[in-house]
Amino acid sequence: MSYSPEVYPLTRITMMGEISYLLFQALLAASCMALVFYGVFFVKQKEKIRTVARLTLLAAGVLQTLYILFRYLQSGYTPITSQHETIVFFAWSVTWAFLSFRWRYTVKNFGTFISLLVFILLLIAAVASRAINPLPPALQSWWLPVHAGIAVISYGFLALAFCGGIMYLLQEHELKSKRFGYFFTRLPSLESLDQLNSHCLATGFVFLTMGIITGSIWARQAWGTYWHWDPKETWSLITWFLYAAQIHQRFSAGWRGKRAAIMAVIGFASVLFTLWGVTYLLGGIHSYAQ
Amino acid sequence: MPSDMILLLGVNHKTTPLAVREQLAMGNGYEQPLHSLRGIAGCKECYLLSTCNRVEILVVAQEDAQVEAQIAKLLFGDSVAPEQYQDYLYIYRNDEAVHHLFMVSTSLDSMIVGEAQILGQLKEAYRHAAELKYTGPVLNKLLHKSFSVAKRVRSETLIGASAVSISYAAVELAKKIFGNLQDKNVLLIGAGEMAELAAEHLVGQGVHKVVVANRTLSRAMDLAKRFNGTAVSLDELFSQLEQADIVISSTGAPNIILHKQDVKPIMRARRNEPIFFIDIAVPRDLDPKLNDLDNVYLYDIDDLHNVVEINKSERDKEAIKALRIVDEESLKFQSWLDNLSVVPTITALRKKADDICHIELERTLCRLQLSPDEQKAIEKMALAISSRLLHDPVSFLKNDSCKEQHDVKVEMIRAAFGLVDKY
Repeated sequence: MSYSPEVYPLTRITMMGEISYLLFQALLAASCMALVFYGVFFVKQKEKIRTVARLTLLAAGVLQTLYILFRYLQSGYTPITSQHETIVFFAWSVTWAFLSFRWRYTVKNFGTFISLLVFILLLIAAVASRAINPLPPALQSWWLPVHAGIAVISYGFLALAFCGGIMYLLQEHELKSKRFGYFFTRLPSLESLDQLNSHCLATGFVFLTMGIITGSIWARQAWGTYWHWDPKETWSLITWFLYAAQIHQRFSAGWRGKRAAIMAVIGFASVLFTLWGVTYLLGGIHSYAQ
Repeated sequence: MPSDMILLLGVNHKTTPLAVREQLAMGNGYEQPLHSLRGIAGCKECYLLSTCNRVEILVVAQEDAQVEAQIAKLLFGDSVAPEQYQDYLYIYRNDEAVHHLFMVSTSLDSMIVGEAQILGQLKEAYRHAAELKYTGPVLNKLLHKSFSVAKRVRSETLIGASAVSISYAAVELAKKIFGNLQDKNVLLIGAGEMAELAAEHLVGQGVHKVVVANRTLSRAMDLAKRFNGTAVSLDELFSQLEQADIVISSTGAPNIILHKQDVKPIMRARRNEPIFFIDIAVPRDLDPKLNDLDNVYLYDIDDLHNVVEINKSERDKEAIKALRIVDEESLKFQSWLDNLSVVPTITALRKKADDICHIELERTLCRLQLSPDEQKAIEKMALAISSRLLHDPVSFLKNDSCKEQHDVKVEMIRAAFGLVDKY
């Protein structure tokens, strides 16, 4: 599966690069439109606008999928190694995690927060380098899509929990302070946000665990040992423990509401640090996306 | 010639925070405060309204700044320094007082515009004052008028149809906390009217179970039966709190019945399931610090006010219509009141004529030797002459044709018949 430019004639490469570029611009625009529509819906609260916003986000989700597939064809490996690719994949997983949840139940105005997060992620992806680098030998394995894919999907669900947590904290603040501002009528009930937190966390945690297990199996194959105490591994483990503690506390001591929301925010901060902070600040053998 | 005026002093939820209202000397009961009001020199008629949102005093008294100060002193007792009275107190005189009373009776001044409870409370307050015979011709007329204005507003506007009451606000909040109320349990502490109303609303939203905790079990059982619920005594309160999701407290207890440190262990037992406390009692039943606990939400009556503010605009249109009715009726009452200054003049005129008749009759009859029948005939004749003589001046006074000159007419007649200063 190694990348060899000789396979393709030059014109084909430039043409594919062009299409890929356009696809990314299109998905960025679609996500922006989704955010605008969700924003308008947030202000006006008109059902019609929500339908439009949903369809736009769905279109953005489809475009993201196409872009990832196209980039796969272009590079010949799962596009999840460079900074740009990882963030696009992250945005894709947030979008589809949301759409899959939306399908099961509605949480009022959740889409607004999600589309904002997706758009921010894509903006970061837009400024990151889009160059296609040759795949390092260590990553040339079918474990790459399995391990990295699962891990980023788990981040998608954990991002939902994060957004739900932020909404919970906003709404809780309104209810506790008894001064009903802009958000009070627009945000859903606390209980539905808490439920969202618990569901997203459960799903995200399962994926996170699977991501760590697959990673460790891959490490055994690639580097010879299951666990290296590489900074990325350590931070994944810290994140895992944060979420494990939270889930354990919810079931044993009834941690819910504000505490669960704060934990979801802290957990997500740890996720982001594992994803980026480790790469830039701590380095280690696991940092490929430079 | 000091004349009488209608004076209305009060505090309500808009001007005065709950903490101050709770301390008011006149906040409790009717009889004692009414006695002390009547004791004020120059106070001729008095009436007191005391609800959980307002305390208002209405008197007919001589125009005299002293009266206002004395009433304010009685109202606040020692809880507030006299310099601070003006921060809380509103004072209305004459036409303003009438207008305000009508605003109150029509619930336009209520925390929840359009709620119907205030009319009942007004009638109850009037009954207390009337039983003690502390209301006279002016207040009797005025209060009855306020009832009929309220009825008129209710029938001519939609203000009551969308009557969102405190209970409505409570339901809205409960929905923001719990989302779905279907599987939630409601606990009523105390079995007052307000609690009943709130529970009715919640049952309408399909809550799962209603439990009533009350000091007197029989009252609790009556109320519980209405909602297919169960009745418990107040001693079981803590164990009941472990199951309840929405708690409405409205006991008449003078002190706080549920403290923060009581609820803390309950939250642990509930595994932090959220709980929503609604304190509609004055003085408060529940420790305000409960709100600091995680997953505990406490709203008292002032807080509910803010919630209601949210959907107020929808009812504003009807309120404008109602306001027009109130303005109209206030003017009508004012003209009745103006007419009233004629009435004492007529009374004085008749009394003077009667007095003259009796003096002259006595003087004449004792000199003549007449049989009782003849005496009666003479008496009758004298009174007939005087009353026929007075007929024209009286109808002149009562004549509505030149209303704005009432004062002139009254003064003229009084001067002509020598009735100066006999009001």
